[in-house]
Amino acid sequence: MSDTAGGAELVGVVLVSHSAAVAASVAELATGLAGGGATAPVAPAGGVAGGGLGTSAELISAAAAAVDRGAGVAVLTDLGSAVLTVKALLAEGDELPPGTRLVDAPFVEGAVAAVVAASAGADLAAVMAAASDAYAYRKV
Amino acid sequence: MLDADFFRRWMTATAAAVEREAERLTALDSPIGDADHGSNLQRGFTAVTAILEKEAPDTPGGVLTLAGRQLISTVGGASGPLYGTLLRRTGKALGEAPEVGVPELAEALRTGVDAVMQLGGAAPGDKTMVDALVPAVDALGESFAAARAAAEEGAGATTPLQARKGRASYLGERSIGHQDPGATSSALLMAALAEAAGE
Repeated sequence: MSDTAGGAELVGVVLVSHSAAVAASVAELATGLAGGGATAPVAPAGGVAGGGLGTSAELISAAAAAVDRGAGVAVLTDLGSAVLTVKALLAEGDELPPGTRLVDAPFVEGAVAAVVAASAGADLAAVMAAASDAYAYRKV
Repeated sequence: MLDADFFRRWMTATAAAVEREAERLTALDSPIGDADHGSNLQRGFTAVTAILEKEAPDTPGGVLTLAGRQLISTVGGASGPLYGTLLRRTGKALGEAPEVGVPELAEALRTGVDAVMQLGGAAPGDKTMVDALVPAVDALGESFAAARAAAEEGAGATTPLQARKGRASYLGERSIGHQDPGATSSALLMAALAEAAGE
Protein backbone atom coordinates (compact mmCIF):
# COMPACT_ATOMS: atom_id res chain seq x y z
CA MET A 1 0.00 0.00 0.00
CA SER A 2 1.12 3.50 -0.78
CA ASP A 3 -0.36 6.94 -0.18
CA THR A 4 1.18 8.29 -3.33
CA ALA A 5 -0.65 9.08 -6.54
CA GLY A 6 1.44 9.42 -9.65
CA GLY A 7 4.60 9.21 -7.59
CA ALA A 8 4.11 12.48 -5.67
CA GLU A 9 3.46 12.57 -1.95
CA LEU A 10 0.01 13.80 -0.97
CA VAL A 11 -0.83 16.73 1.29
CA GLY A 12 -2.36 15.65 4.60
CA VAL A 13 -5.53 17.20 6.06
CA VAL A 14 -6.31 17.63 9.77
CA LEU A 15 -9.83 18.55 10.91
CA VAL A 16 -10.05 20.24 14.32
CA SER A 17 -13.44 20.65 16.00
CA HIS A 18 -14.64 21.23 19.56
CA SER A 19 -16.59 17.99 19.11
CA ALA A 20 -14.99 14.58 18.44
CA ALA A 21 -18.16 13.51 16.64
CA VAL A 22 -18.14 16.57 14.35
CA ALA A 23 -14.45 16.15 13.47
CA ALA A 24 -14.85 12.43 12.74
CA SER A 25 -18.06 12.92 10.75
CA VAL A 26 -16.65 15.72 8.62
CA ALA A 27 -13.57 13.57 7.94
CA GLU A 28 -15.86 10.73 6.85
CA LEU A 29 -17.97 13.08 4.72
CA ALA A 30 -14.98 14.68 3.01
CA THR A 31 -13.29 11.35 2.33
CA GLY A 32 -16.55 9.91 1.00
CA LEU A 33 -17.15 12.85 -1.32
CA ALA A 34 -13.57 12.70 -2.58
CA GLY A 35 -14.72 9.63 -4.43
CA GLY A 36 -13.37 6.21 -5.16
CA GLY A 37 -9.76 5.18 -5.18
CA ALA A 38 -7.03 6.29 -2.81
CA THR A 39 -7.71 9.54 -0.98
CA ALA A 40 -5.31 11.89 0.74
CA PRO A 41 -4.57 11.12 4.40
CA VAL A 42 -7.18 12.77 6.65
CA ALA A 43 -7.25 12.78 10.46
CA PRO A 44 -9.84 14.23 12.84
CA ALA A 45 -8.75 15.97 16.06
CA GLY A 46 -11.99 16.55 17.92
CA GLY A 47 -12.81 17.43 21.50
CA VAL A 48 -10.55 16.94 24.49
CA ALA A 49 -8.96 13.77 25.83
CA GLY A 50 -11.68 12.10 27.87
CA GLY A 51 -14.42 12.98 25.43
CA GLY A 52 -15.69 16.47 26.38
CA LEU A 53 -16.12 19.48 24.13
CA GLY A 54 -12.99 21.58 23.63
CA THR A 55 -9.63 21.61 21.90
CA SER A 56 -6.71 19.30 22.58
CA ALA A 57 -3.21 20.36 21.55
CA GLU A 58 -2.06 16.77 21.91
CA LEU A 59 -4.76 15.38 19.60
CA ILE A 60 -3.90 18.06 17.03
CA SER A 61 -0.16 17.27 17.15
CA ALA A 62 -0.84 13.53 16.88
CA ALA A 63 -3.25 14.00 13.95
CA ALA A 64 -0.78 16.21 12.08
CA ALA A 65 2.03 13.68 12.59
CA ALA A 66 -0.26 10.88 11.39
CA VAL A 67 -1.11 12.54 8.04
CA ASP A 68 2.31 14.05 7.31
CA ARG A 69 3.80 12.50 4.17
CA GLY A 70 6.33 15.29 3.64
CA ALA A 71 4.16 17.33 1.26
CA GLY A 72 2.66 19.57 3.95
CA VAL A 73 -0.35 19.42 6.24
CA ALA A 74 -3.47 21.58 5.85
CA VAL A 75 -5.29 22.17 9.16
CA LEU A 76 -8.94 23.25 9.14
CA THR A 77 -10.69 24.31 12.34
CA ASP A 78 -14.15 25.21 13.56
CA LEU A 79 -13.87 28.25 15.87
CA GLY A 80 -12.52 29.91 19.01
CA SER A 81 -10.04 27.76 20.91
CA ALA A 82 -9.59 25.45 17.89
CA VAL A 83 -8.22 28.37 15.86
CA LEU A 84 -6.19 29.80 18.74
CA THR A 85 -4.66 26.45 19.73
CA VAL A 86 -3.47 25.72 16.18
CA LYS A 87 -2.01 29.23 15.91
CA ALA A 88 -0.25 28.84 19.27
CA LEU A 89 1.17 25.45 18.24
CA LEU A 90 2.41 26.89 14.93
CA ALA A 91 4.10 29.71 16.88
CA GLU A 92 5.89 27.12 19.05
CA GLY A 93 7.85 26.08 15.98
CA ASP A 94 8.42 22.42 16.82
CA GLU A 95 5.00 21.08 17.82
CA LEU A 96 3.71 20.39 14.29
CA PRO A 97 5.42 18.87 11.23
CA PRO A 98 7.29 21.30 8.94
CA GLY A 99 4.93 22.59 6.24
CA THR A 100 1.87 22.61 8.48
CA ARG A 101 -0.53 25.50 7.76
CA LEU A 102 -3.76 26.76 9.28
CA VAL A 103 -6.26 27.17 6.44
CA ASP A 104 -8.74 30.07 6.43
CA ALA A 105 -11.83 28.18 5.28
CA PRO A 106 -15.36 27.16 6.29
CA PHE A 107 -15.09 23.88 8.18
CA VAL A 108 -17.37 21.49 6.28
CA GLU A 109 -17.19 22.89 2.77
CA GLY A 110 -13.49 23.65 3.15
CA ALA A 111 -12.77 20.12 4.34
CA VAL A 112 -14.47 18.61 1.31
CA ALA A 113 -12.60 20.94 -1.06
CA ALA A 114 -9.27 20.30 0.67
CA VAL A 115 -9.60 16.51 0.62
CA VAL A 116 -10.78 16.45 -3.00
CA ALA A 117 -7.86 18.66 -4.08
CA ALA A 118 -5.29 16.82 -1.96
CA SER A 119 -6.50 13.44 -3.23
CA ALA A 120 -6.03 14.66 -6.79
CA GLY A 121 -2.39 15.38 -6.00
CA ALA A 122 -2.61 19.17 -5.56
CA ASP A 123 0.27 20.77 -3.66
CA LEU A 124 -0.19 22.52 -0.29
CA ALA A 125 -0.82 25.99 -1.78
CA ALA A 126 -3.46 24.59 -4.15
CA VAL A 127 -5.14 22.60 -1.36
CA MET A 128 -5.30 25.74 0.80
CA ALA A 129 -6.66 27.81 -2.11
CA ALA A 130 -9.34 25.21 -2.86
CA ALA A 131 -10.47 25.19 0.76
CA SER A 132 -10.49 29.00 1.08
CA ASP A 133 -12.42 29.30 -2.19
CA ALA A 134 -15.28 27.48 -0.47
CA TYR A 135 -16.09 30.82 1.22
CA ALA A 136 -17.13 32.14 -2.21
CA TYR A 137 -19.80 29.50 -2.75
CA ARG A 138 -23.05 31.32 -1.90
CA LYS A 139 -26.14 29.27 -1.19
CA VAL A 140 -28.81 31.87 -1.82
CA MET B 1 16.33 41.07 41.39
CA LEU B 2 13.81 38.33 40.60
CA ASP B 3 15.02 34.72 40.35
CA ALA B 4 13.44 31.44 39.26
CA ASP B 5 12.00 30.93 42.75
CA PHE B 6 10.12 34.22 42.48
CA PHE B 7 8.53 33.12 39.21
CA ARG B 8 7.68 29.71 40.67
CA ARG B 9 5.97 31.51 43.59
CA TRP B 10 4.05 33.60 41.06
CA MET B 11 2.74 30.50 39.29
CA THR B 12 1.92 28.72 42.57
CA ALA B 13 0.07 31.80 43.86
CA THR B 14 -1.85 32.00 40.56
CA ALA B 15 -2.83 28.33 40.85
CA ALA B 16 -4.06 28.93 44.41
CA ALA B 17 -6.03 32.03 43.36
CA VAL B 18 -7.63 30.21 40.42
CA GLU B 19 -8.52 27.31 42.73
CA ARG B 20 -10.08 29.72 45.24
CA GLU B 21 -11.96 31.73 42.58
CA ALA B 22 -12.84 28.94 40.13
CA GLU B 23 -16.54 29.02 40.94
CA ARG B 24 -16.69 32.79 40.54
CA LEU B 25 -14.84 32.64 37.18
CA THR B 26 -17.22 29.97 35.91
CA ALA B 27 -20.23 31.94 37.20
CA LEU B 28 -19.01 35.03 35.28
CA ASP B 29 -18.55 32.80 32.22
CA SER B 30 -22.12 31.46 32.42
CA PRO B 31 -24.20 34.39 31.10
CA ILE B 32 -21.78 35.39 28.32
CA GLY B 33 -19.57 32.34 27.78
CA ASP B 34 -19.71 28.56 27.98
CA ALA B 35 -19.33 28.25 31.76
CA ASP B 36 -15.95 26.54 31.79
CA HIS B 37 -13.42 29.33 32.47
CA GLY B 38 -12.85 28.44 36.13
CA SER B 39 -12.52 24.70 35.61
CA ASN B 40 -10.33 25.12 32.50
CA LEU B 41 -7.87 27.42 34.27
CA GLN B 42 -7.93 25.23 37.36
CA ARG B 43 -6.90 22.22 35.27
CA GLY B 44 -4.23 24.28 33.49
CA PHE B 45 -2.57 25.83 36.52
CA THR B 46 -2.70 22.58 38.49
CA ALA B 47 -0.73 21.03 35.61
CA VAL B 48 1.62 24.04 35.61
CA THR B 49 2.55 23.64 39.29
CA ALA B 50 3.03 19.89 38.80
CA ILE B 51 5.42 20.24 35.85
CA LEU B 52 7.37 23.08 37.52
CA GLU B 53 7.91 20.83 40.51
CA LYS B 54 8.96 17.92 38.30
CA GLU B 55 11.29 19.71 35.87
CA ALA B 56 12.45 22.54 38.17
CA PRO B 57 13.68 25.03 35.54
CA ASP B 58 16.37 27.27 37.03
CA THR B 59 15.81 30.56 35.19
CA PRO B 60 12.87 33.01 35.17
CA GLY B 61 12.51 32.55 31.40
CA GLY B 62 12.58 28.76 31.81
CA VAL B 63 9.80 28.82 34.41
CA LEU B 64 7.44 30.96 32.30
CA THR B 65 8.18 29.19 29.01
CA LEU B 66 7.45 25.79 30.55
CA ALA B 67 4.32 27.12 32.26
CA GLY B 68 3.07 28.56 28.97
CA ARG B 69 3.63 25.33 27.06
CA GLN B 70 1.81 23.41 29.75
CA LEU B 71 -1.23 25.72 29.56
CA ILE B 72 -1.41 25.32 25.78
CA SER B 73 -1.30 21.52 26.25
CA THR B 74 -3.78 21.09 29.07
CA VAL B 75 -6.51 23.76 29.19
CA GLY B 76 -8.80 22.74 26.32
CA GLY B 77 -10.42 26.19 25.93
CA ALA B 78 -9.36 29.51 24.41
CA SER B 79 -7.76 30.57 27.69
CA GLY B 80 -5.09 27.86 27.16
CA PRO B 81 -3.47 29.24 24.01
CA LEU B 82 -4.06 32.84 25.20
CA TYR B 83 -2.49 32.53 28.68
CA GLY B 84 0.00 30.01 27.27
CA THR B 85 1.15 32.53 24.69
CA LEU B 86 1.31 35.30 27.32
CA LEU B 87 3.62 33.32 29.61
CA ARG B 88 5.66 31.65 26.88
CA ARG B 89 6.40 34.89 25.03
CA THR B 90 7.17 36.66 28.28
CA GLY B 91 9.51 33.79 29.21
CA LYS B 92 11.24 33.85 25.84
CA ALA B 93 11.73 37.61 26.11
CA LEU B 94 13.45 37.09 29.49
CA GLY B 95 15.94 34.76 27.83
CA GLU B 96 18.30 32.67 29.92
CA ALA B 97 19.27 35.21 32.57
CA PRO B 98 19.39 33.64 36.06
CA GLU B 99 17.84 36.82 37.55
CA VAL B 100 15.89 39.70 36.04
CA GLY B 101 14.94 43.18 37.23
CA VAL B 102 11.44 44.64 37.38
CA PRO B 103 12.03 46.83 34.27
CA GLU B 104 13.06 43.71 32.29
CA LEU B 105 9.97 41.88 33.52
CA ALA B 106 7.73 44.82 32.56
CA GLU B 107 9.24 44.93 29.09
CA ALA B 108 8.95 41.14 28.66
CA LEU B 109 5.33 41.17 29.83
CA ARG B 110 4.56 43.83 27.27
CA THR B 111 5.95 41.53 24.57
CA GLY B 112 3.70 38.78 25.94
CA VAL B 113 0.60 40.98 25.99
CA ASP B 114 1.34 42.13 22.42
CA ALA B 115 1.51 38.46 21.36
CA VAL B 116 -1.87 37.80 23.02
CA MET B 117 -3.40 40.75 21.18
CA GLN B 118 -1.99 39.46 17.92
CA LEU B 119 -3.15 35.87 18.52
CA GLY B 120 -6.70 36.79 19.48
CA GLY B 121 -6.98 39.92 17.37
CA ALA B 122 -8.24 41.85 20.40
CA ALA B 123 -7.59 45.50 21.24
CA PRO B 124 -8.25 47.40 24.47
CA GLY B 125 -12.00 48.02 24.86
CA ASP B 126 -13.06 44.71 23.26
CA LYS B 127 -14.05 43.30 26.70
CA THR B 128 -11.24 40.73 26.97
CA MET B 129 -8.25 39.88 29.17
CA VAL B 130 -6.38 42.63 27.31
CA ASP B 131 -8.43 45.23 29.25
CA ALA B 132 -6.81 44.07 32.52
CA LEU B 133 -3.35 43.22 31.19
CA VAL B 134 -2.52 46.42 29.31
CA PRO B 135 -3.10 48.81 32.27
CA ALA B 136 -1.32 46.36 34.59
CA VAL B 137 1.80 46.29 32.44
CA ASP B 138 1.68 50.09 32.18
CA ALA B 139 1.57 50.35 35.99
CA LEU B 140 4.28 47.76 36.66
CA GLY B 141 6.99 50.42 36.36
CA GLU B 142 5.52 52.00 39.48
CA SER B 143 5.07 48.91 41.69
CA PHE B 144 3.63 45.38 41.78
CA ALA B 145 0.78 46.68 43.95
CA ALA B 146 0.00 49.36 41.36
CA ALA B 147 -0.09 46.69 38.62
CA ARG B 148 -2.53 44.61 40.69
CA ALA B 149 -4.78 47.64 41.29
CA ALA B 150 -4.68 48.60 37.61
CA ALA B 151 -5.62 45.05 36.52
CA GLU B 152 -8.53 44.94 38.99
CA GLU B 153 -9.75 48.33 37.83
CA GLY B 154 -9.39 47.27 34.19
CA ALA B 155 -11.37 44.07 34.82
CA GLY B 156 -14.14 46.00 36.58
CA ALA B 157 -14.29 48.47 33.71
CA THR B 158 -15.22 45.68 31.26
CA THR B 159 -18.75 45.43 32.74
CA PRO B 160 -20.39 48.22 30.65
CA LEU B 161 -18.53 47.19 27.48
CA GLN B 162 -20.00 45.24 24.57
CA ALA B 163 -17.92 42.16 23.71
CA ARG B 164 -16.24 42.26 20.33
CA LYS B 165 -14.21 39.01 20.55
CA GLY B 166 -14.94 35.39 21.32
CA ARG B 167 -18.20 33.64 22.08
CA ALA B 168 -19.55 36.61 24.08
CA SER B 169 -19.48 38.75 20.91
CA TYR B 170 -22.31 36.61 19.45
CA LEU B 171 -24.56 38.09 22.15
CA GLY B 172 -24.11 41.65 20.88
CA GLU B 173 -25.64 44.19 23.27
CA ARG B 174 -26.64 41.43 25.68
CA SER B 175 -22.98 41.07 26.64
CA ILE B 176 -23.23 44.51 28.29
CA GLY B 177 -23.56 44.50 32.08
CA HIS B 178 -21.37 41.45 32.75
CA GLN B 179 -17.75 41.59 33.90
CA ASP B 180 -15.48 39.73 31.48
CA PRO B 181 -14.23 36.40 32.90
CA GLY B 182 -10.88 36.60 31.05
CA ALA B 183 -10.18 40.10 32.37
CA THR B 184 -11.12 38.84 35.84
CA SER B 185 -8.67 35.92 35.69
CA SER B 186 -5.99 38.27 34.34
CA ALA B 187 -6.52 40.40 37.45
CA LEU B 188 -5.94 37.25 39.54
CA LEU B 189 -2.68 36.64 37.66
CA MET B 190 -1.48 40.17 38.43
CA ALA B 191 -2.61 39.91 42.07
CA ALA B 192 -0.58 36.69 42.34
CA LEU B 193 2.45 38.53 40.95
CA ALA B 194 2.13 41.17 43.68
CA GLU B 195 1.68 38.40 46.24
CA ALA B 196 4.89 36.69 45.05
CA ALA B 197 6.66 40.03 45.49
CA GLY B 198 5.26 40.41 49.01
CA GLU B 199 3.25 43.51 48.12
